[in-house]
Amino acid sequence: MPEELVNLTIDGVPVSVSKGTLVIEAAKQAGVLVPHYCYHPGLPVAGVCRMCLVEIEKQPKLAISCATQVAEGMVVKTQSAAAKSARTGVLEFLLINHPLDCPICDQAGECELQDFTFQEGRAGTRYSPDYPKRFNPVEDFGPDVLYVPNRCILCTRCVRFMEDVAQEPVLNVSERGDRAYIGVHPETRLDHPWAGNVVDLCPVGSLLSKDFLHKARAWELDKTASVCTGCSQGCNVTLDTRENVVVRVRPRPNLEVNRYFICDHGRMNYRWMNRGDRIEAPLVKRGGELHATDWQDALERVTTTLRGAGPRVVALVSPRASTEALFFARELFRGLDWTGAFQVVMGEEAPLAGVPDLALRAERAPNGRGAELLGYGREYAAALAAAESAAVVLVLDEPDIPVRAAGTLIYAGTVLPERARDADVVLPIANVAEEDGSFVNRDGRVQRYAQAKPAPGMARPAWWVFSELGAALGHGEPVGSAAEAFEGVAQAIDALRGLSYEQLGFVGKSAAVPVAA
Amino acid sequence: MGFPHKPHPRETVLLSRYFGEADARSYKGWVKRGGYAALEQARAMEPARVVDIVKDSGLRGRGGAGFPTGLKWSFMPKERKKPHYLCVNADESEPGTFKDREIMRWTPHALLEGTAIAAHAIQAEVAYIYIRGEFTEPLAIMDKALTDARSAGVFGNLKIHLHRGAGAYICGEETALMSSIEGKRGNPRIKPPFPAAAGVFGMPTTINNVETLAAVPHILTKGAAWYKGLSLSSPKSTGTKLFSVCGHVQQAGNYEVTLGFPLKDLVYELCGGMRPGRTLKACIPGGSSVPILDRAETESCLLDYEGVVERGSMLGSGGVIVFDDSTDMVYQIMRLARFYAHESCAQCTQCREGTAWTTKILERILAGQGKTADLDLLLDLSENMTGKTICVLSDSCAAPVVSGIKKFRSEFEDYIAGRRKPVMVA
Repeated sequence: MPEELVNLTIDGVPVSVSKGTLVIEAAKQAGVLVPHYCYHPGLPVAGVCRMCLVEIEKQPKLAISCATQVAEGMVVKTQSAAAKSARTGVLEFLLINHPLDCPICDQAGECELQDFTFQEGRAGTRYSPDYPKRFNPVEDFGPDVLYVPNRCILCTRCVRFMEDVAQEPVLNVSERGDRAYIGVHPETRLDHPWAGNVVDLCPVGSLLSKDFLHKARAWELDKTASVCTGCSQGCNVTLDTRENVVVRVRPRPNLEVNRYFICDHGRMNYRWMNRGDRIEAPLVKRGGELHATDWQDALERVTTTLRGAGPRVVALVSPRASTEALFFARELFRGLDWTGAFQVVMGEEAPLAGVPDLALRAERAPNGRGAELLGYGREYAAALAAAESAAVVLVLDEPDIPVRAAGTLIYAGTVLPERARDADVVLPIANVAEEDGSFVNRDGRVQRYAQAKPAPGMARPAWWVFSELGAALGHGEPVGSAAEAFEGVAQAIDALRGLSYEQLGFVGKSAAVPVAA
Repeated sequence: MGFPHKPHPRETVLLSRYFGEADARSYKGWVKRGGYAALEQARAMEPARVVDIVKDSGLRGRGGAGFPTGLKWSFMPKERKKPHYLCVNADESEPGTFKDREIMRWTPHALLEGTAIAAHAIQAEVAYIYIRGEFTEPLAIMDKALTDARSAGVFGNLKIHLHRGAGAYICGEETALMSSIEGKRGNPRIKPPFPAAAGVFGMPTTINNVETLAAVPHILTKGAAWYKGLSLSSPKSTGTKLFSVCGHVQQAGNYEVTLGFPLKDLVYELCGGMRPGRTLKACIPGGSSVPILDRAETESCLLDYEGVVERGSMLGSGGVIVFDDSTDMVYQIMRLARFYAHESCAQCTQCREGTAWTTKILERILAGQGKTADLDLLLDLSENMTGKTICVLSDSCAAPVVSGIKKFRSEFEDYIAGRRKPVMVA
């Protein structure tokens, strides 16, 4: 059935949207952002902040655009004198009890109260300094959430998230009138596995992450589109870096995967990206000791080994490695009898009740599907046994290498665990925050992530390392970018055929063929 | 008749006829007085016919908004695809209003009968009577009446529940009342959806005031035309209405008059006028939420929906608060603002912050520390608080402030200029 379209005009811009669309969403299509606080596309409509008041021709009163559906021929004016004055009034009311402690507030710089006040608020307040402002002490809501009631504008996003999305209603509005504040159930804490989202949802600095507390000012942060590595769900995230250090992970909206949310496991799973004990140069074994060298030397050592290798090769890879890296690693073994395997750490599953098909998955790896797609198996124990007698063993970023290889051990990794000191060659590689790449999530969705910070020293993306090696072995030209690397993957793998980085964009696409489990 | 005083000859005694007669409270006593005959009559009719009769009578909601009752009933879906609900708003909390309380105290069966007729008309099988939490005596009387009538088999399949409020003024707002019945915090909801589409528990619902429903049996037994004939002024305002008069009159109480009755006569004749040596200064005609009338407006005002609007106020709930010349209007308005600030549900920004800010400004004026700019500020805040929120609590706070400053500005200025001794401490 064709979608029924409704035509309307917003600030003079004609738009056609599907029936039932809210005016505030239709306005986005007209390039108009109606200021708002309580409205959030991922939450049920509350209509309480009254900030999104707009004028609609032929309606006697101003209407809140978050709770008004479009109608044919509707003429919406967001910039009329009445609408602007009403919103200025709301801002003034919101600020009378707001502490204006922006200089010490984590939200400053990404605060919607600041932004809209700057945009259409009054230059000064008419609230007498003689009148006290509402005061309530800071509350410890849960493992990662602090509540600063003085900054709260009672938009109730947090309450609605816990009630309707997490479906664990532990927050409420307590008291009435200007004494109101967000209350937490006296016998529980805000410790739901997805509770951290209330911090992102809070439009002001009232709900704060303890983890991010006073870590950085918003304007010092660089933001990079990435994919969470916490489990096989593949939630889209933004990595916030300050001076090339990842300081925060936040959800990046993707209606197909994670809506607007990420779980606390994923949110807190970033410190390893900043590890200081990294391998910064290729290492080769000379006289029983590993010595730093340059890439040319290290790559030559590996090609020599592979050229002269016996038929049995075993690859033990990490399911956190990019699809591109896994592909070019596999390509090294063309014509050889090789076994590839990976192991996945398992944990407890934690679904987000209000969103179908969204959960912290038991499989705590982002690219298990990608590895399978490229021919790596889950028979890790068998692969380990085979490795003991293999001519060459390649380990890709599995720091816990429980193998004592009789043949040549090539270790590509980010850090150098004790056992890797047995390796003949150590290749320093970039981690997920330091390279471009892609993962295939549990549902077969291919998603890109981008480089957020430089890799340390001489470390390079694993796909670069393996493609250089492949080229040296005579398997064609080396690739210069992750996009080019992905082209190679897409040509070789049926399920990905026809896909490209351009097509994937930053929301990803489902693989053409369902991935076999 | 406004118990405990004797009926005044100019009253039209319909709802209040049995006020003061304890026997009318009992089931037997009520039947003896002709009770439940209207219900039987209604039950013999098609629901749509009952709706039409009430439509024709011109009966309008007595809770405050004055919406035509029959029309409201007709909004309910004609076919019962989902359960239909009736909610009776007995959460009478409007300052200055105490008519529903007396109806429930003296004629509980009148309300139950009206409830059952309305439930038949809108095809509801469940009715909730939401009684204000502080009304302990009316609740006990209603409970007894309900038990008696139920055991007499009066209601057939209709289930009537008494639901006791917990002391929040806002729960008298119809959508907040529904939230409260559902066991949630008593917050008003955005309309649409209107209750007739999605009301209590998301089902089609009609909400009527106690006095409205108590009038319905009379319309059934005496006819729509007769009820429509009860009108002294505008044909759009029909029937009788209870007015709860309080304040500086000789004899406060409930008075039942035909709509269109002069407010002047209510104050000076029925209530016995002002206290000795005092003159009328102002009057709030429809409960604390409506604009204040000055003396001239009060004395020329006709008590019906149109007449009061003509004088710049609203008939509201019929709670008449009378002020004589000893009244400090600034203080009175502050007390009203403080009430609304206390009762704001805290959802809408303008109401949550505006009612409290308004109160602070008024308190500071009364403490002798007001600024000249305060009056314009109050008017501007009131403008921002009017017509922009989910419900009208915010508007209700603004109405007495705006009308008070407009009509009694000099009293505010006296405090600000220091011509009047402060009555509050900052």
